Amino acid sequence: MTGPHQPPAQRVVVTSPRTRAPRAPRPYPASREIDEQSELGAVYMRSLIRTQRRLGLLLCAVVCGALAALPVVFALVPRLSEQRLLGLQLPWLLLGVVVFPVLVLAGWFYVRQAERNEREFAELVERS
Amino acid sequence: MNSTYGIVAVLVVALGTALIGAYGLRVSRTTSDFFVASRTVSPWWNASAIGGEYLSAASFVGVAGLIFAYGPDMLWFPVGYTAGYLVLLALVAAPLRRSGAYTLPDFAEARFGSPVVRAVASVLALGIGWLYLLPQLQGAGLTLHTVTGAPDWVGALVVAVVVTGNVISGGMRSVTFVQAFQYWLKLTAITVPLVFVVLAWHAQGARDLAAPSSPQFSRETSVSFDTSTTVHAEQPVAFTGTGVVDGARVDGPASMAVGEHTVAAGSRLTFPAGAPVPHVSTIERTTNEQWALPMRSGEQFPLYGVYSLIIATFLGTMGLPHVIVRFYTNPNGRAARRTTLIVLGLLGFFYLMPPLYGALGRLYAPELLMTGDTDAVVLVLPSRVVGGVGGQLLGALVAGGAFAAFLSTSSGLMVSLAGVLSRDVLRLRGVRGFRVSTVIAVLVPLAMSSLVGRVPVADMVGLAFAVAASSLCPLLVLGIWSTRITTIGAVAGMLAGGVPALAAGMVTISSGSGDAWYHAFLARPAAWTAPLGFVVMYAVSLLTPRRVPPGVNHVMVRLHAPENLGLRSQDRL
Repeated sequence: MTGPHQPPAQRVVVTSPRTRAPRAPRPYPASREIDEQSELGAVYMRSLIRTQRRLGLLLCAVVCGALAALPVVFALVPRLSEQRLLGLQLPWLLLGVVVFPVLVLAGWFYVRQAERNEREFAELVERS
Repeated sequence: MNSTYGIVAVLVVALGTALIGAYGLRVSRTTSDFFVASRTVSPWWNASAIGGEYLSAASFVGVAGLIFAYGPDMLWFPVGYTAGYLVLLALVAAPLRRSGAYTLPDFAEARFGSPVVRAVASVLALGIGWLYLLPQLQGAGLTLHTVTGAPDWVGALVVAVVVTGNVISGGMRSVTFVQAFQYWLKLTAITVPLVFVVLAWHAQGARDLAAPSSPQFSRETSVSFDTSTTVHAEQPVAFTGTGVVDGARVDGPASMAVGEHTVAAGSRLTFPAGAPVPHVSTIERTTNEQWALPMRSGEQFPLYGVYSLIIATFLGTMGLPHVIVRFYTNPNGRAARRTTLIVLGLLGFFYLMPPLYGALGRLYAPELLMTGDTDAVVLVLPSRVVGGVGGQLLGALVAGGAFAAFLSTSSGLMVSLAGVLSRDVLRLRGVRGFRVSTVIAVLVPLAMSSLVGRVPVADMVGLAFAVAASSLCPLLVLGIWSTRITTIGAVAGMLAGGVPALAAGMVTISSGSGDAWYHAFLARPAAWTAPLGFVVMYAVSLLTPRRVPPGVNHVMVRLHAPENLGLRSQDRL
């Protein structure tokens, strides 16, 4: 590059941001960007929607996929449906009893996760 | 069965509902605005109310009846009804509440701002509502017939009159309390008798529910035939009785050879204890051992049937008109999610019961396999297993619970149907328009029920779910999660999914069950109509990018942003 003409070394002042001090409020808070349909606001919203959509679809895919696999399994391995567990045949135990607490647990997990996503979004918007 | 207790129970429920409705009328006048009042409702009350409205005739009597007749494949009905709420929670609950929609057409308008989308959604919501209301009325007829021996149309008329009266007076609408109370009443009415039935079954030696033998009459049993019935005897059966069998007059001892027999209406035949039960020709004849295995219900394409049922119930729940109405009563999106979670728990607990009724019915009420009145198994089982006055009281409790199921679901449906009718079809504003619409909303299914033959209650409900899953579910899911959906795409998708499903349902209802290979695809259309609806809606939207409704980003902010940000975009709600 420009080896011989390199300028002489200089002192540079490096400061760290004063993280403890209250920062001056941005002239334009993010919530206002969202309200006014600016390009930046749209980016914020798209990120939230994408996160929530991924969560919802993933949950449905995992839970409903696992449930939907059962008929095929019972059809392919007929002996499985004759197995007894706790005095109940496997299809009855799974579809009559076990499935309901599993669904409630999945719902609980979803609510927790979705509320966390919203909280993080709110923090992001309020911080900026 | 001594019918006095049963009549009293049904009367108490009907009168109680009317009274609370009338009381609610006074309350709702003081709380000037229903919407404002209901926003103070806590998630627990709200969830109980949703449960009370959602647990219909299909859940209370239909599920047990289907399991009783067809075995564990039918467990997918309760599983699907519950899993449908999980899908609703994960994909729709909070955004739907934030949209501020009171009915599905409201959502269509809020999201697309197009009168055409709104109109199509209205027509579909009406169709689904009526398909759902019809089996409620039929189930009420069946209950009253089983309990009192009254003709089938009486129960339908009683429910129609009580509900119409209530909705017209405005009572049910305002009182979340009534619906919440109905959930706990239903849960009590199905659980308490079951506890006694199971105890009695244990005390009598806990006979195996999946023994390798055909269902037998557990004691000397008289079977009355209200309609001409074709039955199939696996083994020769001796009986006594009066009536007409195979066109010949019977009066006294007689017997049935192996094969098909026709028993005329009005016959009353008595079978000795231990005799194998001849089955009505539409129910597959299996030993209890085979019955307890999946894929043995004798359908043509059992795997297709199961998957179609799964798709219909998982996706259809969110499209039912009376389900959506309830979301508006949540204060915000977050509460809507929590409410839905509680609903999941309440439904799951309730659905532990019906399969037990179905299984025990094979032992104690097998004659229903002969008459084909399988939906009555919940109603007759308690008095059959538990003897004496106790059994009759338990039977009365179940009958009252069943009636509560018809009343609450029907009122929820009627309110939402009348709302759609008055606003979108008749365009009559105000209280008078609402009342006129209510009368029309109930006359249509009443007329339908007199035209239509007997279709199992849960099957008909399954059709309503299929139409909802193919038309309104794509509208909700794609409308909430994709900004690319255009007005043309929304209309095309709803029609492409909903019209075939509705047509298939109508053909099945009017022609009954057929033997043609395509019958399974008509009776359970969701597996092909629901994907069709989704694909058409998305594809047409991609092809018409210019018809994306203006202001879609604004709507998306409303649907998805948490309320605590204090956005001005959400102020209107």
